Amino acid sequence: MSFISLLWVLLLGSLLGLELIGKVPPTLHTPLMSGANAISGITMLAALTLIVKAEDNIPLLIIGSVSLGFALFNVVGGFFVTDRMLAMFSRKPSNKK
Amino acid sequence: MNLPVIIKFVIDLLAVLLLALGIKGLSKVKSARDANRLAAFAMSLSVVGLLSYYLGTSGIAIQSWIWIIIGSIIGSLFGAILAKKVPMTSMPETVALFNGCGGMSSLLVALGVAIFPISGGQENFDFFKSLINEISISVSIFVGAITFTGSIVAMAKLQGWLSTPGWTQSKVRHFVNIVFGVASLIAFLDLINGNTSSIWLLVIVSSLLGIGVTLPIGGADMPVVISLLNSYSGIAAAAAGFVVDSQLLIVAGAMVGAAGLILTQVMCKGMNRSLVSVLFGGSLSAQSTASSGSGEYTNITSCSVEECALTLEAANKVIIVPGYGLAVAQAQHTLREVTKKLEQNGIEVVYAIHPVAGRMPGHMNVLLAEADVPYEQLKEMDVVNPDFPATDVVLVLGANDVVNPQAKNDSSSPLYGMPVLDVQEARTVFVIKRGMSAGYSGIKNDLFDLPNTSMVFGDAKKVLNDLIGELKDLGVGEK
Repeated sequence: MSFISLLWVLLLGSLLGLELIGKVPPTLHTPLMSGANAISGITMLAALTLIVKAEDNIPLLIIGSVSLGFALFNVVGGFFVTDRMLAMFSRKPSNKK
Repeated sequence: MNLPVIIKFVIDLLAVLLLALGIKGLSKVKSARDANRLAAFAMSLSVVGLLSYYLGTSGIAIQSWIWIIIGSIIGSLFGAILAKKVPMTSMPETVALFNGCGGMSSLLVALGVAIFPISGGQENFDFFKSLINEISISVSIFVGAITFTGSIVAMAKLQGWLSTPGWTQSKVRHFVNIVFGVASLIAFLDLINGNTSSIWLLVIVSSLLGIGVTLPIGGADMPVVISLLNSYSGIAAAAAGFVVDSQLLIVAGAMVGAAGLILTQVMCKGMNRSLVSVLFGGSLSAQSTASSGSGEYTNITSCSVEECALTLEAANKVIIVPGYGLAVAQAQHTLREVTKKLEQNGIEVVYAIHPVAGRMPGHMNVLLAEADVPYEQLKEMDVVNPDFPATDVVLVLGANDVVNPQAKNDSSSPLYGMPVLDVQEARTVFVIKRGMSAGYSGIKNDLFDLPNTSMVFGDAKKVLNDLIGELKDLGVGEK
């Protein structure tokens, strides 16, 4: 991938992000922040790449593994906690008669 | 193009699409939960795509598998446990912690690549490419370190582990932060010049910068900071995407970065603060000392729970204003008991939710939803404000700054211009509060001095429990 096309990707990705969140009810600000936060853990892919390319370089393998751990802590925790919050909104209609 | 490349391309494209749909869906109540799962699915899909690509091309060595498994099990396990165990009231600091770890991950990737250049990248080595590589490594480290230390400080401050040191409120802090900033720039330039060891300087000074920038910010503004740091962690991920040459990482990181910025802006608007004053203004209470904000209360009326119950019984329409104090006391369930009784007596009960009630926008809605409060009873500020004059009783529970009439009347107040709930328009206002301490902004609340306001002192949960007892004695609500 050439650098210029990566810059295009960056630009278009940013524009997409700006457009996606137009109107959000305040109710959802916290879950949205938490969900977006989980997605920022996508850096786990970089950590995976590092581990795969490290071959038999032990220090690099360790750095990659720690990095992967941090990223997955972010991803897994983030999605679970968001789900927990959102579950409280969806539970009500069934409880209420 | 061979097959693994095509497969990875298709999977990446699909993952980006699903992530975008996920973020989009998270902004509607109905679709939010499914959207969150969709995003989680997209993330797992992207991992499958990446691993299958390497399996199909270079292969994955056995020791790589071992380290992948170790890292993922430990990280996921801790993440899942924390997410299940943490109380809903600590949501802001939990998000801060997760976020900081995302930043740390990007930092480590960049650091790893910088210290041990990955094989395979060197065959088409040229000056331009290596320059770009160094820039993206530096950005990833710089933003990642700020995200990490900033988030940890934010979390510690919200948890009450860290207070705001006095010196951070003086002008000295700007000087200190400028020094850190300049030092990071020097380290960055030195790094591009080929001096690899200055990478450690970059790590250290950008970490210090993250601390120095976050430490002076007061508790009231912390949600804005967390949201901004969330945006940073997206930027850090995008920078890491440049480091390892991954379009998917760049797109997803950029999306989160941009979306985080929008959310930060929305939060600032809700609190009538500009981002600049949040970041560089220090905490609100420090600004208010010179203004009329600080002052003695002259006309406080306090009353017993019994009087409060009598007034409630006679009311037709009651508005509840919940604040963070309610959440701290874990009283949302007890509150629900009280309102159930009132409803059984035919009294109309509505909850007025200020946009920043609790500690983050939407935080209060989550807490009340946890206590089974019907969604329809939660009214947003703009909807509920015209109703106050026709309201008999307003019950303020642990909210303070958001019901301060100063924001409307006193142009010298630091709160002036902040949208507030017009509770003073109601016939009677009860403020349930532990003592006379100020809210997050540290500013005196003129509401407490008004003749139609009565203070009920005590812990929110205890007062509400007593209230249930009193209401029972009055025969409000069956059983």
